[in-house]
Amino acid sequence: MNIRQLLPWIAGAALITLPFVYRDPYHLHILILILIWSFAYTSWSMMGRFGLVSLGHGGFMGVGAYVTALLWNHLGVSPWIGIPIAMVAAAVLAMIVAYPCFRFRITGHYFVLVTLALSGIVLQVITATRDYTGGSLGYTPDRTKGSQLWALQFDDKVTWYLIALGVWAAGLAIWKWVDRSMDRYALEAISEDEDAAAAAGVNVTWEKLKITVISALMTALAGALYCQYQMFISPDTVSGIAVSLQMVFAVIVGGLYVSLGPTVGAIITILLAETLRIGFGTKAVGWDNLVYGVLLVVFIIFLPKGILGSIIDRVKAARRA
Amino acid sequence: MTDIFDIYLLEAMVNGILLGGVLALLALGLNLIFGVIDVTWICYAELVMIGMYGMYYLVQYFGLSYYLAAPITIVMVAALGALLHLLVIAPLLSAPPINQLLATGGVLFVLQSFATVAFGIDFRNLGIRLPVLKFAEMHFSYSRLLAFAAALIGMTLVYFFMKKTYVGTAIRAISQDRQIMALMGVDTRRIYLITSALGGALAGLAACLLVLQYDIHPFVGLSFGPITFLIVVLGGLGNFVGGFVAAFVFAEIISLGGLFSDLEWGYVLAFAFFIVMMFIRPAGLLARRS
Repeated sequence: MNIRQLLPWIAGAALITLPFVYRDPYHLHILILILIWSFAYTSWSMMGRFGLVSLGHGGFMGVGAYVTALLWNHLGVSPWIGIPIAMVAAAVLAMIVAYPCFRFRITGHYFVLVTLALSGIVLQVITATRDYTGGSLGYTPDRTKGSQLWALQFDDKVTWYLIALGVWAAGLAIWKWVDRSMDRYALEAISEDEDAAAAAGVNVTWEKLKITVISALMTALAGALYCQYQMFISPDTVSGIAVSLQMVFAVIVGGLYVSLGPTVGAIITILLAETLRIGFGTKAVGWDNLVYGVLLVVFIIFLPKGILGSIIDRVKAARRA
Repeated sequence: MTDIFDIYLLEAMVNGILLGGVLALLALGLNLIFGVIDVTWICYAELVMIGMYGMYYLVQYFGLSYYLAAPITIVMVAALGALLHLLVIAPLLSAPPINQLLATGGVLFVLQSFATVAFGIDFRNLGIRLPVLKFAEMHFSYSRLLAFAAALIGMTLVYFFMKKTYVGTAIRAISQDRQIMALMGVDTRRIYLITSALGGALAGLAACLLVLQYDIHPFVGLSFGPITFLIVVLGGLGNFVGGFVAAFVFAEIISLGGLFSDLEWGYVLAFAFFIVMMFIRPAGLLARRS
């Protein structure tokens, strides 16, 4: 084993021991948010990296969060059962929309706008069923007393940090798994030229559907985790077009084509938002999104591979030289 | 009982047609830009929002009359459209289409948060209350009638501009074949800029009309932006007539859906209808089957 193979294990061990050495609750809170959102962004880029740009992931995240919370509050179903149900619900939703899209070859602009409609629907349904979901005022899962494994509610940040870390690492593992599979080559061929890929014997519809369902399952899990950790969800924070765009933005900034790109994007965006919040206080309302938006435009024009992607390119070029 | 119900139904249907006029105006602007430049402005509704703020400040702070403020707003938003093209779209013309789409998504963030920072998140309105027209036991607001009429006039003007002038002919020619027109001696950059300004002007006109019906706040674009995209896609991107028809179909669904239940369910119905239609007619309502 050389140093390159050892590096992920060392980094992993360091991340696991971190909360036992350093226990500042505010910093842990930021780290947990970064990990959960990193996982959500990774889920989005599972599709995005193959040219399947979806603005419907806000919808999947909303389904994940709301189904879990509704099952718990109204039927008393534990999140341990509720989260898988929510994930399946999001996957079914993804299939209902994605299968005809892929079957009838709705791609590019059209695919983006169809998925945009999807996140619009989820947002409107959550708002319209306000008798159950609280509408735009938000929704809180019923609290249990203290930490309860059954209810997936924990008072201390360390537990949550470890859960989020585990899920995030699993997300990276899925990325690696896709990266090494034959599907990756098939999907890359599809993103270059669908007709050529189909002629070469790739089942275009099936390959796209697989990656979409994987992505939707992961995004719903991210939504459910966010709900269980924050204990408060509202249509604006977990669903809708703004959340979908936020995912795209973070991934583009971090780097779409590298496994740690979405994570770098999450670190940058969340730290930026927090810095602005602390620096400006209540005056910061709007400033963070203003900076986001300008950065997004600047990045797409000048640095379309994202920060991490560009750095890796530079390093590789320097090695070759 | 049934008589009263029918009156409400008729009223909702007429209101749907009136709403459809403004939506058709927005769809025309987006279609124009897509047809010529091959770009979808995700931030189109946000241009309308900025225009609405423009109207608000011109009328409330500078004391201009509504009819004086409207042309100024239209010119201002047209300039904003041209600026958007120069700063964001022009550098990305050779980039993948998805990047252009996402860049305008970034502009959406910028405009929304700019409005939040500059104008605050309070709801504002123009303070102009137009009377309500009573006709055969039905109620229609003048603001909607005015919006419908002005939208139709705006669309007719654009039609004659496209058909009768040299620039209009060049715009239509470019939307048919992007490459060849440059060889024919048409300055594509200039045409792109004019088209963007025209698209902006249509957004400005829509702003002047919507400001009479909606309260102004930084996120007001979200209440008609997504629906505009669906209309444009349902009509077939770049298909002017399709967009026009689809606008009225959608407006009726929202209006009638809102009659039977909450307004949100009207939107849910419209969205669901859109997804179903995408599978039946993926290339748009009026597309010929290949």
